[in-house]
Formats: sequence, C-alpha cells, structure tokens
Amino acid sequence: METQTLIYLFVGASFALYIGIAIWSRAGSTKEFYVAGGGVNPVVNGMATAADWMSAASFLSMAGLIAFMGYDASVYLMGWTGGFVMLALLLAPYLRKFGQFTVPDFIGTRYYSKAARVVAVICLIFISFTYIAGQMRGVGIVFSQFLQVDITMGVIIGMGIVFIYAVLGGMKGITYTQVAQYCVLICAYMVPAFFISFMLTDNPLPQLGLGSELNDGSGDYVLQRLDNVLVELGFGQYTAGTKSTIDMFCITLALMVGTAGLPHVIVRFFTVPKASDARKSAGWALVFIALLYTTAPAIGAFGIYNFIDKTDGTPYEQAENWFTTWEGADLIAWQDKNDDGVMQYRVGEAFEGKPEFTGETGPSGERVVANAPNPDTENEVYVDRDITVLANPEIANLPGWVVALMAAGGLAAALSTAAGLLLVISSSVSHDLLKSTFKPDISAKNELLAARGAATAAIIVAGYLGIYPPGWVAQVVAFAFGLAASSLFPAIFMGIFFKSMNKEGAIAGMVSGLVFTFSYILYFKLMNPGANTAENWLFGISPEGIGVIGMLLNFGIAIAVASMTRSTPVEIRQLVDSIRVPRGAGEAHAH
Amino acid sequence: MDETVSATGSDDSAGTNAETVSSQSTLDNPAQTNASEGAYWRENIRLLVTLMTIWFLCSFGAGILFRDWLDQFMLGGYPLGFWFAQQGSIYIFIALIFFYVIRMKQIERKYDLDD
Repeated sequence: METQTLIYLFVGASFALYIGIAIWSRAGSTKEFYVAGGGVNPVVNGMATAADWMSAASFLSMAGLIAFMGYDASVYLMGWTGGFVMLALLLAPYLRKFGQFTVPDFIGTRYYSKAARVVAVICLIFISFTYIAGQMRGVGIVFSQFLQVDITMGVIIGMGIVFIYAVLGGMKGITYTQVAQYCVLICAYMVPAFFISFMLTDNPLPQLGLGSELNDGSGDYVLQRLDNVLVELGFGQYTAGTKSTIDMFCITLALMVGTAGLPHVIVRFFTVPKASDARKSAGWALVFIALLYTTAPAIGAFGIYNFIDKTDGTPYEQAENWFTTWEGADLIAWQDKNDDGVMQYRVGEAFEGKPEFTGETGPSGERVVANAPNPDTENEVYVDRDITVLANPEIANLPGWVVALMAAGGLAAALSTAAGLLLVISSSVSHDLLKSTFKPDISAKNELLAARGAATAAIIVAGYLGIYPPGWVAQVVAFAFGLAASSLFPAIFMGIFFKSMNKEGAIAGMVSGLVFTFSYILYFKLMNPGANTAENWLFGISPEGIGVIGMLLNFGIAIAVASMTRSTPVEIRQLVDSIRVPRGAGEAHAH
Repeated sequence: MDETVSATGSDDSAGTNAETVSSQSTLDNPAQTNASEGAYWRENIRLLVTLMTIWFLCSFGAGILFRDWLDQFMLGGYPLGFWFAQQGSIYIFIALIFFYVIRMKQIERKYDLDD
C-alpha cells in the first residue's frame, strides 16, 4: 500500500479509537468530569499522566534539540523528569489527601481566601493557555507534514477531535483516551529508534547503543566519533556544553519546579483512590516518561551523526531519498555557495532566516532558495531541527507503516496534552470561578453544563492561538514553566510544609513571583529580543531559567509578609495536620 | 472580594474535608494520636531530606556541577558526567520515587496511619 494511504488509515483509526473511548467513558457527574470519579488505578493514571505530560514538543522537537545542542540539552532531560520526584515526594500525596478537584481549590481553602483562589486561577489560566497554543500548533504541523493539509485546516480538525472527547468525556474520557494515546506515541517513538540503534551499533536498545561502539569496524564509540566529526566541522564537542554553569543550573531547576507546579499534571493525581496511590502513580508516570526521555538522547546523537555522514561531502545528485523528501517539505535546503555540486555542512547559518524557495531548480536539481547567502560561513545546508525525529523512519529504511505510525504518534502526543490542559482551564472556570467564588448556589447539573461550555470556549481560543501563534512556540512554553515555578509551586509547597504560612504571605508571594517572572520573560523574549544575551541577563540567567529567581522571590516575600501579619487560624492548622497523614483520604468529595 | 472563608464554615467543600479528617485522626485518644502523627511527620521529613539530597546530587551535582571532573571516567562509550546528565539521573529519579513509596508504607504501618 502507498505510504500516504497508510498514514490516512493509521491516523483515521487512532481518531476512531479515541472517539470510541470517549463515548464509552463519558462523564455523567461533576466528579467524573473533574477527577474521573476518583477511582483510577495508579498504574493506569501513571500512563495517562505520561501522555498528558509528553507534548508535541517532547515527541517532535526534543530529540532535535538534543541533536543540535548536545550536552546543553541535558537541561530538558533532567528538568522534565526530575520534577516528578518533587511531585511524588513533596506535593502529590498531600494534595490527594486534601481531596478536592482543582489546584485553586487547594490554594483557596488552605489560604482561607477567595482572593488567593482567584490569583491561583489567573496563574493557572495563563500557564495553560501559553502551553496549549504550542500543542494546537503541533497538531497543525503534523497534519501539514504528513497529510498534506494546511496548518489552519489541521488545527481545526484537531480542535474537533479534542472537542468530542474532552467536552463529552471530561476527565474520565481524557484519562482513558490518554492511555491509548500513550501506547500509540511510545510505539511510534521506539520502533524507529530500535532500528536506527541496531543499524549503527548492532545493539537494538538505544539507551545502550548510544554508549556502544560503531559497527563500521573502526572501534570508535558513537559519542567519541561524534565529538571528532563535529570539531572537524568547526562545532564544539557534542559532549561538551556552551551554556554557563549557572544558566544550566537555573534552567534545569526552573523546568523541574515548573513541572511540579503545572496544574494539568498535578490534577491527574486527584484521580487516584488514595494518598499512597498518588505517590505510586507518580513513580509509574516517570517510568513511562523515562522510556521516551532516555531514548531521545540516542535518537538525537544518531540523528546528527547520520545527517552529517550522509550530507557533508556528498554530491547533491547522490543525496539520499529522505534528503530530497524533506527538502520538498521545506525543512531542508541546500545553497551551493561554491558551485561544486557537493554539499558542505559547517558551523553557522547557511543563510539568514527560513528558506524562501523560488520555485526554480538549480544545476544539480536542488530547490533554489532566494535568501542571501551568509558570507561568514562555508555552510551550505539549512536544516530544521524537527527533521531528527520526522526523518527517522526513512533514514532507517523502514516500511511505510512506520511513517504512518509516526504521524499518529505525533498527533497523539499533541492531542493528549491539549485535552489535559483544556480540562484544567474549564474546571477552573466552572468550579473555582463560578461554583466557589461568584455563584455558589449553582446546581450540579448547571455546573457540569458550565464546565462543558468553558471547555468549548477554551478550545476555540486555543485553536485561534494555534493558527495565529503569539511568537515562536518554544518561547511561549518558556513562559509556562517559569510562571508555574514562580507562582503555583511555592504556594502549594508552603501550604503543606509551612503551617504558619498565611493568606497575606501566600498572595503577596504568588503575585510578586508571577509579576517578576512574567516581566523578565516578556522583556527579553518579546519586547526587546535584541538584548537577549548573557551580558544583559540578571546574574547571567536566561529567561528560560529566571523562574528560579521568581520562585526564591516568592518564598522570600511570602515568609517576610507572613511573619508580619496575623497568624493562621486554628482550623487551618488542623487542616494542614490532616493532609499530612494519609489515613482517611477516602473518596474525593462530590457536591 | 478578599472576604475570609472559614475552612469549617461557608465553603462547603473545605468544611466537609476538614471535619472528616480531623474527627478521624483525633477519635480515640487525641494526645496519643497527635504524638504518633508528630513522630510520623518527623520521620517523613528526615526521609524527604535524604532522598532530595540524592536527587540534587545526581542531577545538579553529577550532571552539572561536577560533570567536568566526572567526564574523565568512561561508562562504556559515555563520559560519566554526560551519562548522568542524559541517562543516569533519570534512572535514579525512578528509583528514588519507588524507594519512597515502599519506605513510606512501612513508616505509615508502624504508626498505624496508612490509608
């Protein structure tokens, strides 16, 4: 069968599966809509959390980031996994014991204040929308790369699918679709990785393959060869880094703390039966996540090695099939600067910006680009980092069904995260804003209706952001982690561990952390991107890592304010005592 | 808007929760229960400090701060610091969580506070 037919078949079948699950598991009550009834098995919840957590960026872009950043990309690997240790040890079991539906629920009750709840809702909505824009964009990109529909149409189709299973099924529908989506995405990621690892090192396990010798008879280790090849071409060593130690440190910490403070991840731990299940579930989530996260460095290193091996010094006319395929998809371009017909890959940008193809064909058959060549480098090859994952099946000469599986996997990764985010947005509107703050007498039926209405509105806004993305998508994601680290995490952490933290302290802390981090990222990423260099940064910390300073500011101001204002009421101290012990968690309370 | 919501008062959801829990934990002998809850919490904090220290050492320590020094050793084809940063710390994270799961269950049984 044609690869294109297979892609339609796989994507169509996976969509039918998600919708089928949604109809089978649709939510009938607010409790089912918000926390899937509170009876999800911890291993199942772990798998759903993994799909919830691994976004379009993890699936499509992370291996590419690693390929082109080498050691520096370790910030993502450690940052996006280490946060689960903080979740399992510091937050999840206590939040589950507290036993409510949303993150603002905890903050509003623990700090006995509607204002604190509303501040938490604002943080949550901001974090979730910046994050979801990237997911909808990811859906659009997968559609345009694999199914030849334009990005706008792709986003609209994605919105439709998420609408069906998130609005109908609520958390219950999302949980079971996420389990299916995890299976699809992990197969799609691992299958090409096994083959590529085996192809280069004779060891099919990518985690071991990356530490093995190449099978070309040279006896060189993969990483050793990669270091040498890159240095020859003028790059730094793959296993050495370019980021400063303080920046590495802060970005990693901001991503870890941000992960632990992301509402759509936290809320997944409200769905298990007991506090001890929340711990277990976080462990399983990390196992399922680690499968992909320990494979990604191998895909990255093999990817860049293959890419250089097959392009640099190769005449264009003898380029591999995948090279021309992805050149056709605008992700690769070659500009023959010295007119020798041979491709050269060196350090530096071949030309400025993204390639603008003229539609003409050059003397070697390449697609001619209109961009002015960059005279500072001999580099002739433009390559989009996402190619590292996308081109994998073809590089490994895998059959068409693997390419089709990749398409379905990329969509699964984007849709599962989008649905989780939509759910926390809609429940914060219907539960925290309506039920708990502005309209306490709303009936359960109307609350459920409001939740579905809010989810629908959120999908439309997310779709709009996906079609007209505010800036580059990855920049937007830096916001989400920084803000979660500097606003929600400290408030939740102190709520559990500092009995004397009061409402005044918590609100002052959240607001100052949020405002500081937001302004810093806004200034360097959007208002004055030209100044975004190490010498202008505060303590040499980039906008990606600034959430750490925001977090420290939050802690500092909260503690100072709390020490000067009246102490926590006695019933709140009892509440904190009660969430600290696991006994008596019971059911999540339905209204 | 900043009106104080009492945890046992108007906010129904919070009230239910606080009541259920505090009534259970202080049911039989309040003084004794509080003492064992206190001891349980101190033991939990000690365990947390130990595990978070390992968490810090394997990621920020081995993966970032001491990486250059560790890179002189090789683990197969991996320089050791690089391995910690891109593989090892993740495996250790998993081990830490499951160790905590098992150890906490034992501590909770010891103080008769498990769920």
